[in-house]
Amino acid sequence: MRGIGKSFPGVRALSDVSLTLYAGEVLALVGENGAGKSTLMKILAGAQRADRGSIAIDGTEVQISSPHDAERLGVGMIYQEFNLVPQLNALQNILLGNEPVRGLMLDEREAVQRASAVLQELGIELPLDRPARRLSVAQQQLIEIVKALSRHARIIVMDEPTAALTEREIDALFALIARLKAGGAGIIYISHRMEELPKIADRITVLRDGSLVETRRASEFSPADVIRAMVGRPLDAHFPALEPVKPDAPVVLDVRDLSRAPAIAHINFSVRAGEIVGLAGLIGAGRTEIVRAIAGADVPNSGVIAIDGKPTLMRTPHDGIKAGIAFITEDRKGQGLVLGMSVRENITLAHLAQFVNREHLISRTREEESARRMIDELHVRTPGPEQLVRNLSGGNQQKVVLAKWLLGKARVFLFDEPTRGIDVGAKSEIYALMKTLLENGAAIVMVSSELPEVLGMSHRILVVRDGGIVREFTRDAATPDAVIAAATGAAA
Amino acid sequence: MSALLKNLWLRNTILVIVVAIFMTIVNTAAKGQFLNPRNLVTVLEQISYNCILGVGQTFVIITAGIDLSIGSLVALSGVVMAQVANHVPFDGAPLVVVTLLAGLAVGAAAGWINALPVVKLNLPPFITTFAMLEVTLGLSYIFSGGQPVAVNNAIFSSIGTGAVFGLPVPVIWMVIVVAIASVLLTRTRFGRYVVALGGNEEAARLAGIATARVKTMVYVISGMCAAVVGFLYMARFSSGSPDTGTHDELLEAIAAVVVGGTSLMGGQGSILGTFFGALLIGLLYNAMNLIHVDSYLQKVVLGVVILLAVVLDELRKRYLAKA
Repeated sequence: MRGIGKSFPGVRALSDVSLTLYAGEVLALVGENGAGKSTLMKILAGAQRADRGSIAIDGTEVQISSPHDAERLGVGMIYQEFNLVPQLNALQNILLGNEPVRGLMLDEREAVQRASAVLQELGIELPLDRPARRLSVAQQQLIEIVKALSRHARIIVMDEPTAALTEREIDALFALIARLKAGGAGIIYISHRMEELPKIADRITVLRDGSLVETRRASEFSPADVIRAMVGRPLDAHFPALEPVKPDAPVVLDVRDLSRAPAIAHINFSVRAGEIVGLAGLIGAGRTEIVRAIAGADVPNSGVIAIDGKPTLMRTPHDGIKAGIAFITEDRKGQGLVLGMSVRENITLAHLAQFVNREHLISRTREEESARRMIDELHVRTPGPEQLVRNLSGGNQQKVVLAKWLLGKARVFLFDEPTRGIDVGAKSEIYALMKTLLENGAAIVMVSSELPEVLGMSHRILVVRDGGIVREFTRDAATPDAVIAAATGAAA
Repeated sequence: MSALLKNLWLRNTILVIVVAIFMTIVNTAAKGQFLNPRNLVTVLEQISYNCILGVGQTFVIITAGIDLSIGSLVALSGVVMAQVANHVPFDGAPLVVVTLLAGLAVGAAAGWINALPVVKLNLPPFITTFAMLEVTLGLSYIFSGGQPVAVNNAIFSSIGTGAVFGLPVPVIWMVIVVAIASVLLTRTRFGRYVVALGGNEEAARLAGIATARVKTMVYVISGMCAAVVGFLYMARFSSGSPDTGTHDELLEAIAAVVVGGTSLMGGQGSILGTFFGALLIGLLYNAMNLIHVDSYLQKVVLGVVILLAVVLDELRKRYLAKA
């Protein structure tokens, strides 16, 4: 792959990335969340098209404009989320879209033979007649691998293949990868787990902010060096200076032994008035699950949450709001906004009771007043309160979400990826707003995958890994390397 | 000029203009019989039943649901009300009130049961209300012995066929139902929540809305609207029949909702839209009858009009999404 570039509206996902994969090697692809690994691989697999650049396989330049093209050219992609039909059995999944036929009928015997041949070659066993939904995660992954090989894939991309596997299954997978290598396949291996790279990778390529940083032989690339290459950038300067938390500031949010199987277990932390606690960690580590459980969006299995010292039982988001919690979700469009409603309607949605007159009718005038006030205060760029939220930019949509929660009297603000996908200007405004909230005595929990944001906008940083809090840093002690090392489980 | 045209189209005004032109032509062809007040009042009476059913259905459809049970619920509530009217020891206004309340209770209960599996188990409302359709139909045959139940007291007949200020009683009911429902949908918290729920259920839930309660209420409202129609039919014919409401009523109510601009995908819709949808369909039938269009062909025309209305609406939305 040479000079690959790709932009999404408002974001440059990849710029001028070149990558070479040799037959019989494992190339590890690492980088922070959002560094561009997945986009690059989706381009190779035909799921997305590059704006610029070219791809050559075996020295011949090729066009990959659909997953079908990729498959024909021998590219097999094993996504983190498997693409299996749960009701079909293993065999049917392996051959899906590729079924051998005799005349008009499916050729069952040929199907079994074809799949068995691949299984034998790999030296693995699979219950071919069992529905995919009744197979273990490891077995489902094997189906994906066998599926790719039965289509003669010679370039195999694996996205976080060990994320859901047990130690033993990981060993088996690595043995399988070794056999694939010996058979001449080239493997691109995406991983967040630093500790497994020396075991599995021949070479390591680091991406950062959509650009290629470095490619080195794995034997010459220590985990510490890899991490440095992943994060190596100065912190952005646009964060407002946070006041230190007052020594006598009361604890506003106290979380004790919060668990919700299987995502999070035994979470303990507290946040004081005027404090921002940042939750750092990799995607899937359980950060979002923690804030969701606090907000009442998911019901926890156990644990106590106290607001201002009062233990509160949160079984629904409604309970959370009553207790003084505002939850700004990571998925603005999917969970934060009703896109087909106006700015006004979205802003007032969570606190409509404030706008109801004696006859139980909504006072449109008062609604409009409040909406206009919020639009002014937060500098929401919209033609007016009646504009549909759908038509606003990402940053302005996020401000509408914030406006919705500012109408209430929340004491605790849970921000999940508060600035994802919004422009720099809107980001600074949101940071400034967070600072104002602190000055008014709020407590803030912020989940963010942007390391500079966590480091620049938190008083304390909790690192979440595998559903638990593994380390706590004070603002001064937190360095990018140390946080990443804790998040990935590498000994730094 | 093109901006004006675009604006007219976006507000569905074009449709209204086309209808107006069409009506003028029909009126001329029917020698003035079409657009005369007496005929129009007749049309209003004819659409009352469909419109009231459509109003209930509108709430359900805005939440991205569907209520298939309304037709047979008209029958069941009618039969139950006829039996109640014949068996309670009241007369005059108390009799009417008790009878009506009994019907509304049947409708509300059926709606509540419709919603239960939808809310608790997240089952598709298509299934639960379809099952309710069968159950209520069966019950209405059981409670009537398969025959229309004649109502003994003449007060119902005077209500069903009466008029106030020249407007037939069903039209009065329609106006009241449309007015209440319209206020409910546009001016109350409940109405706002219905729209929010249909637009994005998860966002609504996270905003603290009791989504289960709101969902349950829309099916209860739909059931109660069906009971009102059951009452009006029962009063008009002085009998509760297990066959009433079980023919084209369900489909025509859905047609009125859809033609009125309510999205089957949820999150968008209006009660007045449904009224105009019902009116459009009613005028269309009436016009075709006046100019002697073959009754089989009428069905074809109706189908085409429904499709056309929805296609226009979709094109309009796509245009808006691009803008």
